[in-house]
Amino acid sequence: MADFLAMGGYAAFVWSAYGVTALVLAGLGLATVLSARRARAALHEAEQQIQGRRRTSRAQARAQR
Amino acid sequence: MQRFANPGQFLRLAAVVQPWAAGVGAVATAVGLYFALFLSPADYQQGDTVRIMYVHVPAAWMALSIYLGLAVAAALSLVWKHPLADVAARAMAPIGAAFTALCLITGSLWGQPMWGTWWVWDARLTSVLVLFFLYLGHIALANAFDDADRGARAAAVLALVGVVNLPIIKFSVDWWNTLHQPASVMRLGGPTIHGAMLAPLLLMWAAYMGYFVVVLITRMRTELAERRLRALQLNAEQATRMTASAVEAG
Amino acid sequence: MTRKRRRLVILSLFLLGLGSATALSLLAFQDSLVFFFSPSDLARRPPPTDRAVRVGGLVEPGSVARSGTEVRFAITDGTTRLAVAYTGILPDLFREGQGVVANGRIQPDGSFRASEILAKHDENYMPREVAESLRREGHWRDGAAGAAAQPAQGGPRR
Repeated sequence: MADFLAMGGYAAFVWSAYGVTALVLAGLGLATVLSARRARAALHEAEQQIQGRRRTSRAQARAQR
Repeated sequence: MQRFANPGQFLRLAAVVQPWAAGVGAVATAVGLYFALFLSPADYQQGDTVRIMYVHVPAAWMALSIYLGLAVAAALSLVWKHPLADVAARAMAPIGAAFTALCLITGSLWGQPMWGTWWVWDARLTSVLVLFFLYLGHIALANAFDDADRGARAAAVLALVGVVNLPIIKFSVDWWNTLHQPASVMRLGGPTIHGAMLAPLLLMWAAYMGYFVVVLITRMRTELAERRLRALQLNAEQATRMTASAVEAG
Repeated sequence: MTRKRRRLVILSLFLLGLGSATALSLLAFQDSLVFFFSPSDLARRPPPTDRAVRVGGLVEPGSVARSGTEVRFAITDGTTRLAVAYTGILPDLFREGQGVVANGRIQPDGSFRASEILAKHDENYMPREVAESLRREGHWRDGAAGAAAQPAQGGPRR
């Protein structure tokens, strides 16, 4: 195990390379998921609002009749 | 005519593809890492630093092929005005930039112990750095205009201009002498890399591809949702303006 | 011609022009795009002694002599050899028969004083055992596929 971690004396370079790779890809993945959630929530809210507005205007139209 | 084409077909296809890509990517990551870190042998010259190659080389392949995708999307957008082309380009650029950055960083981490330097300005390294700046420029241009279409057009032109860099990157090691070694896998006469080392390389590439497809689809969905939101807001604004003018008139 | 066709033609012409402009400028700047010169290049066109140049080739087998931190060796491209002196730490890949790039100045006596030594890796990747057996069977020798393509010299080592 210690042998494996030592990477033949190149531990600092090998593990940094894998660490940076994991970090960058995880970071981009996280940013992607968060912005996807934000966009979905904003769209959902806007659609809800429009539906609500439609409902009220329809109700108003009915009331006027 | 395609201007307001329904992206429904894409969304349906994406929903089918994404879980498969995620599955393939996850399996390839697990098996690839096992090969890269445990099963594969140390190199006769580089020792264990050869393991850096398994994250570095596929990242370079991704950096190049995603840029090719960006250029194809740019042509589809500029010439055929395909509605999804700009969406795809905007989604691709950050992923390509990430892989290019990884290629540069992991290459540097290999260069220090092996070459004896973190960085040299040889043709290969410099042209890959230019590729990174092209990605950054694309991201910046696509967001630089209030009018999203104008930004997309400017970014598409940049993507096409940058295409000349791709053959320069690929053949820099053959055309000029560089510190960077020539190609080992995609070369005439077959790979000069031993099978035990080729396996982790290809597995990690499959892992990156799975990651790319999953992230690309999610980003494109996000982009489509944002566009729909903008369209809704625009409609709502127009509606209020119309009611306001109707009230004024009446 | 439809608008789509016209856009396609404009785009193709644009790419063609861009491609040829790039190709021409790369050809024009050929000399500054190479990372290093071979010993033969330097012998043919000796650089001024006050200008730093990079020389690349193979470390001539059997030429490495160390005394303290001072290293002397020869860089060869198969036809011309250049004696190099260097003081400092060598990269891990520095080996006889392997590619190397030295950055430094030509001395008045014709030798080369390096201020930086970079090792150059070739495109061959293989496990130690495979390299050993290839050497044993005489199919492959160090430096055969090295930095400067040239006939192999120097037998099995290590």
